[in-house]
Parts: sequence; structure tokens; C-alpha cells
Amino acid sequence: MSTPKAMQQSFALRFSSGAFLAFWCLLAAFPIFWIAVMSFKSPVDAFADSAWDVITGPATRANGDGLSIIDIALGLAVLYFAIRWAFTRLPGLVQRYCPPGLLVLGWIIGALAYAILFVLIFFGVLPLVLGVLNSLLGPLGNPVLGLTTQHYVAVWAENEFYRNFLNSMLVTAGVVTISLTVGTLAGYGLARSGSDLAFWLLILALVFRALPHSVLVAGYLPVFINSSEILRPIFGEGAPTLYGQPWAVIAVLVSINQPFTIWMLRSFFQNIPAELDEAARVDGCSHFQAFRRVIMPVMWPGVITTGLFSFLLGYNDFLVTSLLLDAQNQTMVPAIAGYFNRETTTTDQVEAVAAAVSITAPLFLLVMVFQRQIVSGLTAGAVKG
Amino acid sequence: MKFKTFAAFVGPSVFMMLLFIAAPLVSVFIQSFQVTQPILQQVEVETCTPGFLTQTCVTETKTVPVLDDAGKTMTETRWVGLQSYRNVLQMDKFWEAVGNGSWNDIMQIDFWKALRFTLSFTLLTLPLVIGVGLAIALAVNNATRSIRGPIIFISLLPFIITPVIGSLSIYWLFVGDGILTAMMERWTGTNISMFAQAWTIELLMYFYRVWHVAPFAFVIFYAGLQTVNMDTLESAVIDGASRWERLRHVIVPHLMPLIVFIALIHLMDCYRVFEEIVGFRSQAHVISLQWLTYDFMTPDDAGNRAISRASASAMLTMIGIVFLLILPLRRTWRDHKGSAH
Repeated sequence: MSTPKAMQQSFALRFSSGAFLAFWCLLAAFPIFWIAVMSFKSPVDAFADSAWDVITGPATRANGDGLSIIDIALGLAVLYFAIRWAFTRLPGLVQRYCPPGLLVLGWIIGALAYAILFVLIFFGVLPLVLGVLNSLLGPLGNPVLGLTTQHYVAVWAENEFYRNFLNSMLVTAGVVTISLTVGTLAGYGLARSGSDLAFWLLILALVFRALPHSVLVAGYLPVFINSSEILRPIFGEGAPTLYGQPWAVIAVLVSINQPFTIWMLRSFFQNIPAELDEAARVDGCSHFQAFRRVIMPVMWPGVITTGLFSFLLGYNDFLVTSLLLDAQNQTMVPAIAGYFNRETTTTDQVEAVAAAVSITAPLFLLVMVFQRQIVSGLTAGAVKG
Repeated sequence: MKFKTFAAFVGPSVFMMLLFIAAPLVSVFIQSFQVTQPILQQVEVETCTPGFLTQTCVTETKTVPVLDDAGKTMTETRWVGLQSYRNVLQMDKFWEAVGNGSWNDIMQIDFWKALRFTLSFTLLTLPLVIGVGLAIALAVNNATRSIRGPIIFISLLPFIITPVIGSLSIYWLFVGDGILTAMMERWTGTNISMFAQAWTIELLMYFYRVWHVAPFAFVIFYAGLQTVNMDTLESAVIDGASRWERLRHVIVPHLMPLIVFIALIHLMDCYRVFEEIVGFRSQAHVISLQWLTYDFMTPDDAGNRAISRASASAMLTMIGIVFLLILPLRRTWRDHKGSAH
């Protein structure tokens, strides 16, 4: 599309807008990039005054942990081909070997297999090969960039961060599945009903969305702690104490998320032409059959997008999980608060940084894979109404 | 759609919202007028120590909690009226401070301190988020098509990151002699510590929030910019409107509904500012309303949670929400009535 002459911009304007954009990108990425760099350095380097020292890591190198030029070159090459392969070949493989009905499952298995293979090659085979290469090549094999994975080993193996990771996965998976199941039904119902009741439900949901979560938790906490006594008349002796139970937290997070979910899904369902299910109803389907046979096959883009936002809510939550879960069932984000409460030495601090980067990495992958869905989700609610 | 079918579709969702949002609200409201305390009794205890000739015995009265059959502390729940609210608001100290005309004395009281921060946080970041978001959207709209994808990817990172981690990542840049503090010290030649006084922490919090939310505003504005009517823009050019006038009179009015939408979402989210306090560890200097409730609920050294005070502060927070939503809700109500006729 060629721009009309009158709309063309002067060089100064183009330059300043480009410069502003570059500055914003730097600002947006820098803190995240920087904590990723810090997490690989020894404490002295990680909190060094000069930026150059943090990047090159002289103290880390002095400890004997570092990468040579060969390491960097080969590592980057492997990384490049791995990412390219994931985006060009992997989709084809998944589609070829997966029965058509189970595409979602096929993708999950494909992604898992790919992740395992990547970890095996990158952290298993590559260091072995490079160890031999470095010793053969002499000066080229000397470390130039200080880099150590000891903090990650400490966090994941010694401090058993994988437990928190599994708890996070449990809570997040529960939140996503349940809130989508409940939310899709409600969103469809709200989108297809023009009644006053539907309008008032949506307004009520909007009010609920504005509530601070701490207000709600103040309501749960005493009930959850004493729930075994309160529920005893109903359930008998086996009445559970809800405090500290992951499934209770899942229920709470699903409900907190419901207002947002139904608003979003409603706007997606409104974009699906109502003629589609009317045609199915003419052919003799009930509302539920029409929903299952006609709407379900076409609703996936909206559901995936809403699922992403439910995932973010469950994964990022600090307030609810830190108050309603005990130490054994703690998820990742509140667990990191435990790090900085006892953060006395600089080693502890860098371990906290490594834990923070570990939490961010899955989110990074998420944006990479689902960028389009996230953008469409953000705009769906706003632009259409 | 018949009511029965509608109810079947919406039922589960409404049930969950009622059980986990509406019911807790009611129970918080009731709790805020009650206090649950362990029942205490005074017991005379005689302790004897072996001594020469006779035992030395001391009798003293101790206050001990009453235990039930299972050996647990028995508690009683009393109605105390507005006592918890009085504890949170500390009106006597407040009026005394007002009488002295001393702003600092008011800011010594936790609730008023939290209220002051929450309000200024909400109101100051709002124009910044809209301005920065609009600026990025205009700049991206100006950029070559091929680099828009990567820029959107990078811009989404601050938005998607866990809020606690996001504020921590900025905290680590400035803590102690972190590289940015060291850089500022080199420029100014003075010793700077960003986390020793309230106003620098607040500045970093404002920065963090704008950094975190501007991408959201940017994506929405960017989508809105794609639908600007080119004919209107061209006729504005023909009428001799400058670039600024075009922005002011064509683009901004077109984006107005989106600006209102973002402002509403931003007000709701900012009013419950919380993660920043945790991430920046600023409890000693800056606190927010939601953090105040959270703090009452976390067990203290003796393991007690101040539930009734938490409920009172939660209800006070709710009042703010009512003020916040009253205008948009009135507008929606009018629109709804208007569309019905």
C-alpha cells in the first residue's frame, strides 16, 4: 500500500518515532534480560558495579566456570537450528503422526518430546562434545565469558523448587480446565440471550471483577481454617480442612477469574454468527446439542485465548496462594517470597534471581508461541464492545 | 432462549461466583463487627521449690486459656460493633493530627498512609499509562511492517511477566549498588540509596506500573488505530490540518471509547495495588490498602491472624470500589435504558 504524498512524513519525525520505539524496546526487555544474565554469574559478579563485569563475569571465570568462543559459537548454532526446526518441521510431524481428532493431545506430546530431546542434546551431549573440543583447541578453548549454572542446580535440586513447580502446574492446570468448562457454557448462554437478566449478570460480574482479592480472602480464611468443624454435620468425620488444599485454591481462583472469563468468552461467541446454531435448531437440535455439535468445533480460537489468560491468573497469583496454601503445597511465586525473607548472603540473593528467572522462562515461551492469541484476546474485549 | 436453558448454561458459573465471591463478601461484612478471642481464665498456681527446713512456696495468679476436651484453646466470638473499624481508622489520633495541622502525623497511621498511597498511585499512573501506550501505538503504526511483529513480542514481555517477579527485576537493578544506582551515582557524584526513603521507592513503583501496563494500552490502541477512517484523515489533510491537529481532532476522538475502557480497567487494577509492595519490600515506607488487609491476615509471631481488623479494613477498601464504579455503572445503566426504548 503506497501512502499518499500528503501523508508522508518528514525524516525528523520518522527518525524520532524510530528512536522512541528503540528506546521502548530496550526499556521493556532490559530488566528481564538483566536478571537472566545475573542468574548465571557468581554473586560477586552478579551484584558488581559495572555492567561490563556483570556481563563478562571475571570472578565467575576465575572460579573455572566459563564459556570459550567455541562453546558460544556451537551453542548458538545448536540453539538457532533447534528453534528453526521447532517452527518449520515440528508442526508437520505432529500433523502427520497424530490422529485428526486428538490434535491438542498430539501437540502436548509433541512439545514434551521436543523439550526432553532439547534438554538431552543441549545439556547432555553438547557439554561432552565441547569438553573434548576445548581441550584439543588450546587458546580458542580458554573460557572468555564467565557463566555458571550452580544457582539453578541449588534452587531446583537442593531447595526442591521442583515441588513448588509441580504445585504450580497442578493449580494452573486445574484453574484453566475448570474455568474454561464453566466459563464457556456461561459465555455462550450470555451471548445468545438478550434478556435483562443476562445484562444484569454481566454488570454484576463487572462489579465482582473490581473487588480486591484480599477482601475475598478475608472471607475465606477463617472458614477454610475451621472448615472441618463447620462441615462435620454434613460430611461426618471425614470433613476436610480446606486450608492448604490445592483444590480449594483452584476453586477460589476459578471463581475470582469467572467474571473476566465470561466477559471475554461472551465477546468471542457474539462473533460467531447466531444463524449457525439457529440452523442447527431448525434441523431439530436442542440448545445443548447445537452447542456441542455446531459451536464447539468453531469456538477453539476464543477458548484458547481465554485459557491463556486463565493460565496467567493462576500462574501469576501471589495473594491467594500465599494466604491459603501451607508450606508443603506452596506454588512457585509465593515460594520466592520465602527466598527473600531469609536472603542473608549474596549467594541467597542470586539463588532468588535464578528462581525468578525459572518462573519467567515458561511465560517467555508462552508469548513466543501464542503471541497472536494474546493480542487478539486483549483487543477482543475492547474493540468490539 | 428459554429461561430454563439459559439458567442451565449460566448456572455453574453463577453458582461459583455466588459461593466464592458474594458469600465471602457477606461473611466479611459480618466478621468486621465481631472479634474472636481465646477464652481466658485466671488460675491461682502455687509453685513450691525445695528449701532448707521447709519448702518455699509462691502463690501467683496466672492468665491461661481455657482448653476444651480435645486440648484445643476454646474461643468465643463477641459482637463488638464498630470497634474493629475504630482500631483500623484510629480516628482519635487522626483528629488530633488534623488539629495540629500536621500532615506527617496523619501519615503515621497505617490506614491513612495506605489510602494516600493507593489514591496517588491510581491517579498518577493513569495519564502516564494512556500517554505512553498511545505513543508506542503511534510509533509502531509508523514503523515498517516487518519489524512490527518482533516489537509487539518484546512489548508483551513486561505485561505477561508475574507482577511480583517484574517488580523484583526492577528492584534488583537498583538495590544496594545495583548497576543503575551505580550509574546514577557516577553521574551525580553523590551517594544514592533508592530504598532508604519513601519517595524514591514510590517513583520506582510508578515506573514499574507504567512499564507493566503500557503494553496492554499499546496493544488495544494499536488495534484501534487500524480502524481509523482514512478518508477522514485525508480530508483533514486537505483542509490543512497539521499532524498534531489530526491527532488531536481525528485520531483521539476515534480512540475515545478505548481510552475510557483502558482507564476503567486501569483504575480497577491500580486500586488493588499489592504486588509492588511485596516485590520492592517497601512495607516500612510505603503500603497500600490491599497490603494492609493482607498484613492483618498473615499470622504474627504468636501465630494469630487479626481477622476482624482485616475484615474492617477490607470493608473500608470496598467503599473506595463503590466510588470508583458508580460513574461508569450509572452510564451503563443509562445506555441500557436508552437502548431499551
